[in-house]
Amino acid sequence: MKLLKMAAVLAVTVALPHVASATELEVTHWWTSGGEAAAVAEFAKAFDATTDADGNPNKWVDGAIAGSGDVARPIIISRIMGGNPMGATQLNPGKDADDLIAAGLMTDITDLAVKEDWAHILRPASQLESCTKDGRVYCVPVNLHSAQWMWTNRKVFTDLGLEPPKDINELLAYAPKLQEAGIQPLSLAQGWPVGLMVNDILVAQAGVENFVKVYKDRDLAIAGGPEFGKIFETLAAIRQYTPADKMVPQWNEAVGLVIQGKAAANIMGDWAGGEFQVANMVAGKDYDCLPGLGVTPVLNTGGDVFYFPKNDDPKIQAAQLQLASLLVTKEVQVAFNLKKGSLPMRADVDLSAANDCMKKGLEILDHSDAVFPNDIQMIDRDSLNQINDLFTEFMANPDMTAADAQAKFVSIIENAPK
Amino acid sequence: MANTSTISAEPSGAKPKPFITWERAVVYTVLIVCALFFLLPLYIMIITSLKSISEIQGGNIFVPSSNPSLAAWEKAWNSACTGLYCEGIKVGFWNSIKITVPSTIVSIAVASISGYSLANWPFKFSEGFFTILLLGSFIPYVVMLYPIVIITRYLGIFSTLPAVVLVHTIFGLPIQTLLFRNYFASLPQELFKAARVDGASYWQIFFRVFVPMSVPIFTVSVILQVTGIWNDFLFGVIYAGPTNYPMTVQLNNIVNSAQGGKAYNVDMAATILTGLVPLTIYFISGKYFVRGIAAGAVKG
Amino acid sequence: MSITSLPETDRSVPLNRNRRSALIALAGLLVAEVVLGSIWKILPQNSAVSPNVFTALMFLMVPPILFFIYDAIWGIKSRNSKMASYPMMLIALGVFVLGTLWTVMFSFTNIKIIPLFTPADWVKGFVGLANYKRLFNTSRWMDCPGLTKAFQSGWEFKCAGALPNMVTYAVLSIAISVSLGFLLAVMMDQKIRAEGVFRTIFLYPFALSFVVTGHVWAWIMSPEYGLQHSIRALGWESFSFDWIANRDMVMYAIVIAGIWQGTGFVMALMLAGLRGIDDEIWKAAKVDGIPAWRTYIQIVLPMMKPVLVTTFVIVSSGAVRIYDLVVATTDGGPGISSDVPTRYIYQNFSANLGQSLSASTVMLVAMAVVLIPWIRVEFGKKSQA
Repeated sequence: MKLLKMAAVLAVTVALPHVASATELEVTHWWTSGGEAAAVAEFAKAFDATTDADGNPNKWVDGAIAGSGDVARPIIISRIMGGNPMGATQLNPGKDADDLIAAGLMTDITDLAVKEDWAHILRPASQLESCTKDGRVYCVPVNLHSAQWMWTNRKVFTDLGLEPPKDINELLAYAPKLQEAGIQPLSLAQGWPVGLMVNDILVAQAGVENFVKVYKDRDLAIAGGPEFGKIFETLAAIRQYTPADKMVPQWNEAVGLVIQGKAAANIMGDWAGGEFQVANMVAGKDYDCLPGLGVTPVLNTGGDVFYFPKNDDPKIQAAQLQLASLLVTKEVQVAFNLKKGSLPMRADVDLSAANDCMKKGLEILDHSDAVFPNDIQMIDRDSLNQINDLFTEFMANPDMTAADAQAKFVSIIENAPK
Repeated sequence: MANTSTISAEPSGAKPKPFITWERAVVYTVLIVCALFFLLPLYIMIITSLKSISEIQGGNIFVPSSNPSLAAWEKAWNSACTGLYCEGIKVGFWNSIKITVPSTIVSIAVASISGYSLANWPFKFSEGFFTILLLGSFIPYVVMLYPIVIITRYLGIFSTLPAVVLVHTIFGLPIQTLLFRNYFASLPQELFKAARVDGASYWQIFFRVFVPMSVPIFTVSVILQVTGIWNDFLFGVIYAGPTNYPMTVQLNNIVNSAQGGKAYNVDMAATILTGLVPLTIYFISGKYFVRGIAAGAVKG
Repeated sequence: MSITSLPETDRSVPLNRNRRSALIALAGLLVAEVVLGSIWKILPQNSAVSPNVFTALMFLMVPPILFFIYDAIWGIKSRNSKMASYPMMLIALGVFVLGTLWTVMFSFTNIKIIPLFTPADWVKGFVGLANYKRLFNTSRWMDCPGLTKAFQSGWEFKCAGALPNMVTYAVLSIAISVSLGFLLAVMMDQKIRAEGVFRTIFLYPFALSFVVTGHVWAWIMSPEYGLQHSIRALGWESFSFDWIANRDMVMYAIVIAGIWQGTGFVMALMLAGLRGIDDEIWKAAKVDGIPAWRTYIQIVLPMMKPVLVTTFVIVSSGAVRIYDLVVATTDGGPGISSDVPTRYIYQNFSANLGQSLSASTVMLVAMAVVLIPWIRVEFGKKSQA
């Protein structure tokens, strides 16, 4: 009997929040550092300024959980399964979300996308494509981040009487001289930065076309072919510059080594730019940022997107669509991306306030052939994890031959679900 | 404490002792060396928390700041960003208390009674249940996440405080039951038998005989549960619901920020601040459990 | 669970009451089946939380009903004890057993990101042993090339991978933290000054979240900034402490951090155990002229067996489930040389559930093989008391 009473009390307390007049939309995301929080605040400010159909104010309820997709996915799935889904959530676009969409858990926002003509106002096209499954749109892309950057400290080279390198090949040519001078040619952090670096080198040396053929079309002939073989040899050469005892625990420490001049270069995404800014270094004067590792200026289109888990409450449904529409408006795009240090989804906005590296990125974006999809848009998370495991192992284990690594790589690509 | 030491010092009172013997010297040397090993990370955390970011970037981790400042502590508590809000870790403090207090009480109540039943009132299959629980303590908890989501959903408590209390009770149960079962089993059986002969009931024996004798084990169990529950992040996020997010969510949001620069000084300060509550519990309970054990031993 | 004091009696129960209970129990079982069936069937739906009091109550009823059946057949004894243990039985059966069943069953399916629960989904997703084949072909999980070599060329035996790493860690950390914890407890028991200060120093690591303290250890042990760097800078050029960056030594580096974190609690438990030893025993040992260290090892240690068993289980369950420690100090590096099973399970949990569940099943089976015989020997006999 007590239990019944308890349950009844519970039922009441659970029902209570629905009485509130403002439409509250809980949004989960993993942006928690200072700059990121400031960027999110732009979204929240814009959303709080809107009202629903009855004239009641909308309210952004922040559900920040740091730790990116690996932490977020089980939480999102649990919340949906538990019957208490969030109103909107950041998620990696692509294959990660496909399962959730297939299970019918995500709201279809195609009508809104068609009405606002997202296909034409948002670029690059690949980003909206990754939000699309079987012709239906399920998420809103809000920004672009790219991982294809090499960061070099100019002073390190000029001190040795060298011309600062313009690409990864030049850097590798300097490597012996740098080592002689007691400087690490490339700094590297443990974990995912290893996979990121290898990926960047694959793209730079094999070319975007071959990279996409392997990851997207699963072209085993290329993956196992001599061209990729040569890159694996290059990687084996690079690993002697970044032996395990020179690796640092975190990506920003690896960037820090470049800033301090203990290492000559680091390969990291565009977010590394923030570290140079904190150290008061100027792009093009104190340091260089080389997109596509300087070989060919290409960028992949990793970026952040928002999904909207299905909800029965019509008020929430309306608020979800309002938020989706708001996220890609001009003002919100500019305000958000300037604070986030990422590139906006729209070409028709004014970004004169952006720094040099951002401008370089924007330039590349204007050439659609220089933009290629992020790996998670081409291959499933499980296979990516395996590839990452392989590369981290290969880069840390001098006993593993390039041929071995390549054979394992081919077998992962072969077994990846289409 | 003073009490115990005077009592135990009594028997050897008359014998004059040298001020320091070589055995004492060995004991203190070992203790001090070990203490230094244990303190090294705390030392680094504290000096790092007093440095500025630029000092951390280039500096030696063992060298204290030339210009120490408490700014990082202030920031960690009051103004570090944990998403949209930049109000530091203090935001989740009361939620953590709201989660920890009932979770600790319920989980220890359930476990102590179960341990008592298993040790003193065995029934058929009771050892089977104990085996299940012991095996359960070796399961990586994460695989249980989804089944428990379904269970709490059907209990109608998903995303509420009772759900997170239930989850902590579930995952605390194996170790806690073991702790109590073994402790109760090691108490003299004569006591139990005498109480039964006097006609005391199941509950009477538990509350009047066993609980008073078991202060130390309850204290150990409180230490374990408070530490585990206070530091939990995953269960709080998944089962407690966004209005009840514990402090560790803020700590995680400060420490694990995805791509923004890392502010190690704030990380260190936030970690120490978050750890203060379990530390206080240790400090308070330390005396209890030592004296309690002695008291229990006297009765035995 | 109402805590009222009911008199406990062992009166014999008339047989017809047993029969009646049996009938009620059977009816209850039918209801329970219907309920369980509906729980299995219902997939996640997107609605606001709707407390389903009826199903909740029925769900709670299942284990008690099973026990009424048992009672009806084998007679009624220790009813209070059983009633008081319902929450425990409920959790054991309703969570640990059901959860484990789900883990084992769905480890034979190809579920990826979304968890599924229904028998229909199980049939549809059934892939046989595919997850296990992949698991044991993954060098990250277990890689024992030495095993075959061992037979060919003497006993050159080397295993790498998450599972062997966990074993290394478990053996070392259990051995060291239990013995160091005991040693510290003995020293703390020598009526030393400032005992409270020492106790707090040894216990504090336990209170701090490992996410950051693990990172501090990564700094200390990093050859780039840590001890090695600083000591070399002081002039001892050949000093080397690079375990954390050395593929063959990295697990020992993690053991150091693990000992730092866990020994304090072992010390506290042991100290509690030592303080429970009767003073008379010390006096008797002194009279007999037995040296103190022998008293500790030959008399006190055996008397502390219950505490030792508890400590051992707590430390080893922590060692088997080791996760935070590795993620915070090395994140499995260098390469994947310090990977552990739970890290593999966690990572796959959000990408390939089938793989994650099969890895958990392997661990569970391994644990059961080791633990069940031990539990039978250790705890079986006492239950008759």
